[in-house]
Amino acid sequence: MNPIEDPLIIAGEEFGSRLITGTGGAPSLHVLRDALAASGTELTTVAMRRVDPAARGSVLDVLRERGVRVLPNTAGCFTAGEAVLTAKLAREALGTSWVKLEVIADERTLLPDPIELVEAAEQLVADGFTVLPYTNDDPVLARRLEQAGCAAVMPLGSPIGSGLGIRNPHNIELIVEEAGVPVILDAGIGTASDAALAMELGCDAVLLATAVTRAQDPVAMARAMRHAVAAGRLARLAGRIPKRRYARASSPFEGRSGT
Amino acid sequence: MTALTVVVNGAPREVPAGASVADVVAAVAASAAGVAAALNGEVVRRADWAATPLRDADRLEVLTAVQGG
Repeated sequence: MNPIEDPLIIAGEEFGSRLITGTGGAPSLHVLRDALAASGTELTTVAMRRVDPAARGSVLDVLRERGVRVLPNTAGCFTAGEAVLTAKLAREALGTSWVKLEVIADERTLLPDPIELVEAAEQLVADGFTVLPYTNDDPVLARRLEQAGCAAVMPLGSPIGSGLGIRNPHNIELIVEEAGVPVILDAGIGTASDAALAMELGCDAVLLATAVTRAQDPVAMARAMRHAVAAGRLARLAGRIPKRRYARASSPFEGRSGT
Repeated sequence: MTALTVVVNGAPREVPAGASVADVVAAVAASAAGVAAALNGEVVRRADWAATPLRDADRLEVLTAVQGG
């Protein structure tokens, strides 16, 4: 196998794609499978819920078929205790010690509760988990999560499912500047330009779900996001030109006819 | 043989005395693959399901992965 060009590395594991997807909101497992394929993702989140004896087919079958690594989340947890138990159940059920840690404050905003989040992160790291926390776009909180031993930090662009894009790009840049672990822009992506901007700001990866699963054509949007993340990454590495107040001609002035 | 009432995924359920976590998981989940169980808020490892008996009023949660995130 050829080495991956410009891999995303989280906790020593290499990924060829910098797009991490969620599975929530897809109209069917069939559409989800096609969207995952179109996105090129290699890491995808699932939620842990009570078994439904009437359920037909499993999201796990789709991920296995696609060869995508599963990343369980703790969505819906309001306290550190709930999140830690959910992570432990996920580890037992899925055989992975990786967890997307979510501890939310309320159902209206779904914003992370920073106090409970740090508490849960410390407990899970101590228990051997590889913790990827969904966090506010707060550079200080990101620093505290890294100090707690998290394997990445995942600041929101805007609230989950809002599609409002990146409301505070300055803070995202501050987080990127300081972080010693991968920064993954998580939540708020609405369309391809939002994903490209995240990468141009220096994020290492983008995590999105709703923007694809609830798009009018999820498979086409998955393809758009794949290209947006790749383009944004290339642009970041290439180094953009500085912004200028006035024009700067790209054609030479010398040698014009009639001068 | 007396029956016990345990709370499985939030709903009361009668099980025979001596029933184990493994018995109830088998009754509520189509397959044990990708499933985890917590008894009264503590994870019970799969290897221990058969040897973990249920007591009256126990709370058992049986979870699996679904679309999310």
